[in-house]
Amino acid sequence: MKKLNRRSFLKGGLAGTAVIAGTAVSKNSSAAGNFGGYPDSMGVLVDFTRCVGCRSCEAACNKEQGLPAPDKPFDDLSVYDEIQHNGQKRRTSEKAYTVVNRYEIEGREKGPVFRKFQCNHCNEPACLTSCFVNAYTKTKEGAVIYDPTVCVGCRTCMVACPFYVPAYSYSSPINPVIKKCIMCYDTRLKFGRPPACVEACPQEVMTFGKRNDLIKLGNARIKNNPDKYIDHIYGEKEVGGTAWMYLSDVPFEELGFNTHIGEQPIISYVKEFLTIVPMVLTIWPALFTGFHLLSNRKEALKNEEKTGNK
Amino acid sequence: MNKLAQQGFKPIDSHTNGNGRTWTVKDKIFLGLSPGEYLSQQFKNPFNWILAVIYIVGVPIIIGRFIYGLGWVTHSSYDYPWGLFLGWGLFTMVPLSASGFMMGTTVELFGRDDFKPIERLGLLNGLLGYLFAVVFLQVDLGQPWRLIYPMFVSLGPAAVLFLVAWHVATYLSCQVAELVPAFAEWMGLPRAKKFVKSMVLGLTVAGIILSTLHQGALGGLFTYAPGKVHPLWYSSPFMWFHFLCSAVFAGLSMLIVVSTLCKWFMRWRCDQRFLESLDRLTLGISKGAALALATYLVIKIIAVAHDNDWQYIFTGWGQWYLLEISIGVILPLVLYTMALRNGSAGLARVSAFIAVAGIALNRLNTALITFNWDLYQEIPHWREVVIVITVYATYIVVYRAVLARMPILYSWKDKT
Repeated sequence: MKKLNRRSFLKGGLAGTAVIAGTAVSKNSSAAGNFGGYPDSMGVLVDFTRCVGCRSCEAACNKEQGLPAPDKPFDDLSVYDEIQHNGQKRRTSEKAYTVVNRYEIEGREKGPVFRKFQCNHCNEPACLTSCFVNAYTKTKEGAVIYDPTVCVGCRTCMVACPFYVPAYSYSSPINPVIKKCIMCYDTRLKFGRPPACVEACPQEVMTFGKRNDLIKLGNARIKNNPDKYIDHIYGEKEVGGTAWMYLSDVPFEELGFNTHIGEQPIISYVKEFLTIVPMVLTIWPALFTGFHLLSNRKEALKNEEKTGNK
Repeated sequence: MNKLAQQGFKPIDSHTNGNGRTWTVKDKIFLGLSPGEYLSQQFKNPFNWILAVIYIVGVPIIIGRFIYGLGWVTHSSYDYPWGLFLGWGLFTMVPLSASGFMMGTTVELFGRDDFKPIERLGLLNGLLGYLFAVVFLQVDLGQPWRLIYPMFVSLGPAAVLFLVAWHVATYLSCQVAELVPAFAEWMGLPRAKKFVKSMVLGLTVAGIILSTLHQGALGGLFTYAPGKVHPLWYSSPFMWFHFLCSAVFAGLSMLIVVSTLCKWFMRWRCDQRFLESLDRLTLGISKGAALALATYLVIKIIAVAHDNDWQYIFTGWGQWYLLEISIGVILPLVLYTMALRNGSAGLARVSAFIAVAGIALNRLNTALITFNWDLYQEIPHWREVVIVITVYATYIVVYRAVLARMPILYSWKDKT
């Protein structure tokens, strides 16, 4: 899997400056522009207008990923009334990689909107670029997977994720790890099969396919039903694009989506700092040794003057 | 011990006593007192009783953290992955320890030998601050035994934290080396001292590079969280520079604070050279701190202008921001300037205490208080507070133990 992407470019860049060898940088520099994800990466298009909130996807995920039994059974719809910390709705946790929440929308004739929530599998994942042990991998199939055997437990990925997705097993003293949706990579995606939640959905809320095709499909649905849909596929461009994308008939901010998130991948905010690293590494030694020589020279001159006057 | 010194007690400061007897390592550890005398001294010190209480409460909770996991001691949640351990232990301790590279640069690089009496205190403050930042990190990491993974096992060199890890680690060894002369004098190892002296310039330049990068990188870490950190504390192009620049006056102010505490509580261990030059040195350091504060204030304003965050100034968060700037930056800047003008070391010390508190407020604001400002505020768990106090108490104990023994506040009598 020798693909060029921005991450390997950065890696090359840093390694290159460390040994001050320009070749490693120039070889990869063609990938430095915009990285839009792997061309054949898969994705899921979620159409909230179809969701009835049956929680089948939650149950399927729990079974597929071998997660612990939930506090309330999956056919118990009272979870929609649960209010967590400071009025928040339910979120993904170490026991649930996906949750569905209910949003009461004023004036919507069809009743409340149900929103499925899980890892969005970004094209340029912030968790991946922020991880200093390389625990995350973006596979060519589009999934962002995680290697628990190298994780140190620093939780920077949780700070970096703009969607607040990664959960952490705080309760485990021996082996606390990050818990998040991996798009059923090991058991399904790798073999070209859709994630368990997609397959379990009785309403065909989710469409699994190539990300590029899904964008076309989403646009077609919006075009054919301009009165029904909001003219926006959430995830097409947000933070550099995500593998999971969403269609809705109510504004996304009313469903708890962050609509101020921007189209820049998170790493582009960090780049401004990363560019100073090679500069400091190369300029500082000369600069400060120069200062030292100058300050010494003043003293040497002073001494010379003294001896000259004698 | 101050009382004992008034009664004529002279702690060890050379290899032999007046009668030609060579001090043993045991003598050196007990400062020339017998173990019994030493212990009774420790019992008389009321601060030790406070420490005892801290340890009786704190140690079981630290043990509990490793038995029951982080969830038992912190309110760290999925939304607030970082709590007080990092907010205080890493993000505040590290800038307060910038004195190491500041003093190294001043003395070794710029040849300001007049700062020599306080150089070692600056270096020690740097070394211990970093060391305990790592201890705090070890309490916070989910799997502390994997600390070396980013070094050797699985490398993620594109991550900002990778820079922090590598630079803090290499700088830590750099600082150990810079303090070898003090240790060598105390233990009588002239060759080790000579060896380090031969590369001190290289170490100092390395120190500046590594400090620039990791102090900046701590700010760089938050550039991963646009939207999570309040815009007034967040500025992707300026973040690293804010952290670096504030570390300069934080480290210098902390040096004034610890030297003041030494003058008060460890007078018996200070020699005349240190005590006599301290007021002058304090003012010299204040000058540096005042310049850094002025620079910091300007770039803080430029950052708000650059990101066009003015509308936030008139919100509640804006008032909190203005409070931080007025108390943490403008007030110490004014006081330092007044102190310099009147030549008042006392006022400079007051100002240093305020600047240190100000920098703590700034780092806690960035890492904890304004983090997730749009979501909700997290209040640290009481056990988390207890652990922070316990680890910090250990920092003070180690600090005091080194100061009492090695030639930091006094110069070693024998030439080695």
